[in-house]
Order: sequence, then structure tokens, then C-alpha cells
Amino acid sequence: MSKRRIVITGLGIISPVGLTVKESWENIKAGKSGIAPITSFDVSAFSARFGGTIKNFDAKNYIAPKDVKKMDPFIHYGMAASIEAVEDSGIEVTEENAERIGVSVSSGIGGIYSIEKGHDTFLAKGPKRITPFFVPQSIINMASGNLSIKYGFKGPNIAIVTACTTGTHNIGNAARIIAYGDADVMIAGGAEMATTPTSLGGFAAARALSSRNDDPEVASRPWDKDRDGFVLGDGAGVIVLEEFEHAKKRGANIYAELVGFGMSGDAFHMTSPCADGDGAKRCMLNALNDAGLNTDQIDYINAHGTSTPAGDLAETVAIKAALGDNAYKTAISSTKSMVGHLLGAAGGVEAVFTVLAMQDKVAPPTINLENQDPECDLDFVPNTARDMEINVALSNSFGFGGTNGSLVFKKI
Amino acid sequence: MSSIEERVKKIIVEQLDAKEEDVTNEASLIDDLRADSLDTVELVLNLEEEFDCEIPDDVADNIATVQQIIDFINQNVKTD
Repeated sequence: MSKRRIVITGLGIISPVGLTVKESWENIKAGKSGIAPITSFDVSAFSARFGGTIKNFDAKNYIAPKDVKKMDPFIHYGMAASIEAVEDSGIEVTEENAERIGVSVSSGIGGIYSIEKGHDTFLAKGPKRITPFFVPQSIINMASGNLSIKYGFKGPNIAIVTACTTGTHNIGNAARIIAYGDADVMIAGGAEMATTPTSLGGFAAARALSSRNDDPEVASRPWDKDRDGFVLGDGAGVIVLEEFEHAKKRGANIYAELVGFGMSGDAFHMTSPCADGDGAKRCMLNALNDAGLNTDQIDYINAHGTSTPAGDLAETVAIKAALGDNAYKTAISSTKSMVGHLLGAAGGVEAVFTVLAMQDKVAPPTINLENQDPECDLDFVPNTARDMEINVALSNSFGFGGTNGSLVFKKI
Repeated sequence: MSSIEERVKKIIVEQLDAKEEDVTNEASLIDDLRADSLDTVELVLNLEEEFDCEIPDDVADNIATVQQIIDFINQNVKTD
């Protein structure tokens, strides 16, 4: 049996730079930052007091008012982005196709906002006052669960959890589910709302976050000499994956083909990447091998590029190790410079940006790249978007635990 | 100050996002107001909070209509 081909037919986003794909993408192309002081709780005692939070979002625009409080904010974001993606795809659920449509929208951290609130209630009022919705509003597979219920999608209903690689792994695995024949359509991506006290404090304690509190908009500066950590971001990115013949038959708009997916493990450290970039290199090569493409065929890489001193360098080393001399001829950028690091949602929003970059023939910029680190000496599309033909693009995600994922997209 | 009946109905309207005119004394929580099993547990928690009382599980499990809630509160909660 020859491998079934997978195409992308729908996009959806909730991001620090917009509540729709159109608004977010316009701001990304314009190099606008969505990073600002965190105002949802008292941050005065924190070493990092800013993030890529979501502005002007009203969950009631997407979810029935009585159900809003039964879902953590990460689920609100996941639902909102998924609804946009499903509507964009034009897919209609019928009795005949319901069992062939599945969901795989997960999160890296999950319902930590609700877990904190539930614990507050326990401490203040005791166990009998814990809401019966505490568990279903908090657990990490409930973006997928609620999405399946809302639309009547009766195919695979899963949620892979792999820290900051979550979005990418959910998309890659969803494609495999379609390729294997278990579904014809999968709604896949990631959602996150982790700008909460314990999460912000925990990432800061791990020395992962930038503490550039005096100027949040320039805090996320991948590959810049003065980078000092990543910026926590919220939101969701979801794509509709569909078997090629299925999409053609219904006359769907096809953005691109997902031609390759690779995974690997660092087997090195809980939070640090291996300095020689070995895990990331093998991951990219596995994805290219899956795609049947050579290293000279990649036009653009949407890098993991979180703005941490060790991570950005390791990814640079890994790209050179994977692509050889071609690394220097490849445009590479980090959209995290504008939206921050959306953890489990990162791979989702970056898949959306990568697909749009191919469609609109423009590589998004890496903003705040003022003094490029001489050790990070590749073409990082500094500060201004670049008009260019992108036929093949690769998107990287790397997560705590040494878990890596890469996707390869191709124009169709 | 609102009557017990008004306070009970207000909680139900807010929690179940029901229309005020649908929350009649005879209305069934599950059949008419479309509450599920978790909604009814949450409703009991909210009633306990509002009336500063404890509703035993065997009572909570058997509450089916708005009137039954009002009756329980009237019989068991001092409101002066």
C-alpha cells in the first residue's frame, strides 16, 4: 500500500498578536511584538513580570456561557483556534463521515490555572467545596474531548503531551493516523495558558525566563548576544489535516502538503539541550528522510528559537550538523521573538505561520536581533520579513525531557 | 431581602444559564433545565454556600425539581 498523502485545509490561531489567523499573521509579517506586562495577578514578587498573554478574548464568543466555567482557559483557547480552523476548512460533519474525523489538540502544562484555583478552594474551605468540574476542567486531553463533543467528531480522540514539542508531535502523529488509514481528517495542534503564579514562578526558578522587565517587547531576542531566556506566551494553534484525495474530492482549499515528520530523544538532561545539537540534528534528518527530501531542498526553517542562551546555540549547531553547507543558504527565523514561547501551543502556531509563509511567499522576521551572537552565524531573517519563494519549509520544536519533533511542509 | 424562592431561582439561572421564565417551581433540573449529573452536584455546592448549610448526600441525590430545593431550604435553614 502506498502512503496516503496528507494536506492542510484549515488554520486557526489565538495568539498574543491576534485572535484570528488573519490578524496574527499581519502582525507577524509586520514584526510586531505581543509581549507586555502580566496584569492578571500580582507579579510584583516575581523575577519575570511579563509575557505573551491574550488580550480582549471572550470565551463566550466560542463556547456556551454555562460551559465556559467548566473549562480551563487553555481549553477556551484550544476550542477557539479549533473552531476557526474547522470553519476555515469548510468540513461538514455527517453521519457518514463522523467516525473518520478525529481530534488531537493537546497542551504542555494543561489546566494549571484551574488546578491552582481548586487547591485554593481546598485550603480555604476544605475538600467538600471542590467543584465537580475540577477534574474535567483541568485535565490535559479536554481540548480534544470538548472539541469532539461540540462537533460530533467520532474518530480518534487523543492528546499527546510532550512539553514544548506537544503541538508538533500532535500534528505529526495526527498525520500518521491519517496515513495509516484510521481517519481521513484530523484537527491537530496545541493550546496553552500557563501565565499563572506557580507556572511563572517555576519557569523562573528553573532560570528559563528572560528577566528584562524594563523592556518586555525586546525581551524575546533569539540568537542575539544579549538574549537572557524565553518569554512565557499563551494561546493556541490548530490545523486541519486531511487525506489528499478526500480534500480534492470535496474541492477544499489546500494550503500545503505535510510531507515529513521526525522525532528524536536527547537522552541528556531534563531541561538543557545537548550542546552538540545531536538530538535536534537527528530529529530534522528523520523528518527529511520521511519526506524523501535532501538538505538542499529546504527554503525556510521556522526554528524552535526560544531566546535562551543554550537553546539557540544548540539549535544553530544542530542545523549546521544536519544541513551541512546548505545551513548557510537557508532562511531561518523564530516567530517566538514576537509571540514568546507558547510551550505546548508553540508547534501549533508555528505550523500555521510556516504554512502561511509558503502561501504568501514571505519569511517572517526574527525581531530584536540587534547584535547577532557570532556563534549563531546563520541567516535568521533579522527584524524585517523577507519576500521569497518557499517551496519546502521545516518547523522545529524541542521540549523539556529532551523530546524533539520536526515537520516538513511542501507546496502542492 | 429576597425570598428563599427568589434566591434559589437566581442561583439556578446563573449556574445553568437558564432563562428566568423557564425556572418555574415545577421545572425538573435535568429534563427541563438540561442540567447533567455534574451540574446538579455543583448546584448543591452553590446552594450550601448561599444558605450556609449542609445538604446531605442522600437529600442532594434525590433533588429533582426547583420546588424540592425550595422546600428543603425552607425546612432546614434558619433565615432571619
